[in-house]
Amino acid sequence: MPKLKVSVLTGRTINQGRGKEYGKLSKEYLESVTICQMDPNDMKFLEVKENTNVKVITDFGSVVLKAVKSARAPHPKVVFIPYGPWASLVMNPKTHGTGMPSLKGISAEIEPAPDEKVLSLQNLLIQFRKEERT
Amino acid sequence: MTVVTGVTCPVCGTFCDDIELVVKDNVITDVRKACAMGAAKFLNYAAHRNLKPLVRKNGELVETSMDEVVERAAKILADANYPILYGWSNTSCEAIRVGLELAEEVGGVIDNTSTVCHGPSILSVQDVGIASCTLGQLRHRADLIFYWASNPWSAHPRHIERYTTFSEGRFQKSAWKGYLSSLRGVLSIKRLQRAANLVLRRDVFAAPKIERRLPYTMFQKKRKMVVVDVRKTRTAEAADYFLQVEPNKDYELLQAFRMLIRDEELDVDEVAGVPVEILEEVADVMVGCELGVFFFGVGLTMSEGKLRNVDAALSLTRDLNQRTKFLIMPMRGHFNVTGANVVFTWQTGYPYAIDFSHGYPRYNPGETSVIDILCRDEADAGLIVASDPVAHFPRMAAQNLVKNPLIAIDPEVTPTTLMADVVFPSAFVGIEAEGTAYRMDHVPLPLKKIVGPPKTCLPDEEILQRILHKVRKLRGSQN
Repeated sequence: MPKLKVSVLTGRTINQGRGKEYGKLSKEYLESVTICQMDPNDMKFLEVKENTNVKVITDFGSVVLKAVKSARAPHPKVVFIPYGPWASLVMNPKTHGTGMPSLKGISAEIEPAPDEKVLSLQNLLIQFRKEERT
Repeated sequence: MTVVTGVTCPVCGTFCDDIELVVKDNVITDVRKACAMGAAKFLNYAAHRNLKPLVRKNGELVETSMDEVVERAAKILADANYPILYGWSNTSCEAIRVGLELAEEVGGVIDNTSTVCHGPSILSVQDVGIASCTLGQLRHRADLIFYWASNPWSAHPRHIERYTTFSEGRFQKSAWKGYLSSLRGVLSIKRLQRAANLVLRRDVFAAPKIERRLPYTMFQKKRKMVVVDVRKTRTAEAADYFLQVEPNKDYELLQAFRMLIRDEELDVDEVAGVPVEILEEVADVMVGCELGVFFFGVGLTMSEGKLRNVDAALSLTRDLNQRTKFLIMPMRGHFNVTGANVVFTWQTGYPYAIDFSHGYPRYNPGETSVIDILCRDEADAGLIVASDPVAHFPRMAAQNLVKNPLIAIDPEVTPTTLMADVVFPSAFVGIEAEGTAYRMDHVPLPLKKIVGPPKTCLPDEEILQRILHKVRKLRGSQN
């Protein structure tokens, strides 16, 4: 299976901004933040089509997202993921003494994952599930 | 039906104050002048909201009374050794003031969202100083506008229209018409590309062209916008010139500009992926402007170098002021993140990451900042006010936050309220509750109460007052 080394950028999009105001449980929010915007040539290299799932793996975790063709291409080997619980799974928590984690320009590997599903918000939170307390 | 005018928009740091709302029977039915985010908030705020106080019992959140959640929250905070009190940027200054009192009372750490936003910018401002102003000055006078590592088109949609390039100032005209004609050109090219894709049955993407000269519009005597970013954003498409910098190379580019402004030679061909000839021409444009401004985003604070990138940007502004007039301003994210910094500072002396565990305020970002405390797994309880750290903190920090008792005060259902042990349903400040907030240029503006909140939802300030009162009672009985 082809793999590609990329740099991950996170940030805002207008759809993410609208989605969060519709509500974090809304369909609009889910659809706006579970995407990975890629350069079309990188998609070709990975043999993935629009809306195929891809897995983004960093030193800090992995996440399955829907690949979408970037409207801002060309930006070879740079992928963009909107802020949200899914992007946070692969972010670098190290602050280098500043208080600020590194949320942009993170080295990652990306591979096609057509058989894996994008986690729902509930399933994502189950990963955080703590021991039950009364 | 009534029309409420002059409403401030409780979404982004631009904090627009000209919104008009149509209200019928205590419901907002229409929004005028707002951007997509503002309209989405005013029209949909009631869709996914917390309406009842909730408490976790046997692993499930169950409805309860306000008195019980106040009791539970106060007990968690009073029993904790090192609680975190986090959020604050989406609430009013009045609520933040009570939050600081509560943090001091329980001996915890209080931090606001600037810790994962413009925290490094604040550290740099403390080191270097800042030459800044209010947005009104820029609207009327700025003729060269830089958006550096910032994408206002998506994050602050009305910033360009209200305060910079597309605003009609007293001394500077709007560049809106020029943008419309260039947009027509861009659309024609896109149409041609699409047609070529269909005919040739393959993707036709032009290779990136590295121009060796700036477009002629950059040398015209008019208002100009330059975008510096790692990718071509929507804002970049609207700019007179877009300078694409390689990821994590902003520091090099800023320092190269500093050298050029001081008439020093660069003995390399390119810096951060940009040819030196281009940098020289951009530096000429900077020096030649009447009033320039850098608006910088979290692209500088979140990438490699962090506060040092901002150091370089502030220093470049200082250098430019030897030659012309230049100003700089961070693009603050939440509508009251500036207010959080202001209130924290006038109450404690420090803008964020304040540790009260010694009985007096200590400030040492990197040690007393919330991400570091969570990654070291030192906190033993959390109070989150109007924020969603479970969604936006890196995984390790979020996991360590939710494994301890967690209290959330939020009008909306969010990943944080879903994982909390005690949930307070609050009123939306700026829609259902009054208050004060600070715009990104430190101008305080009032938040209006437009409609009444549901009976079970109280303003953040009142909830915090009740928790504080209860904590004092509990601690009094303990002592």
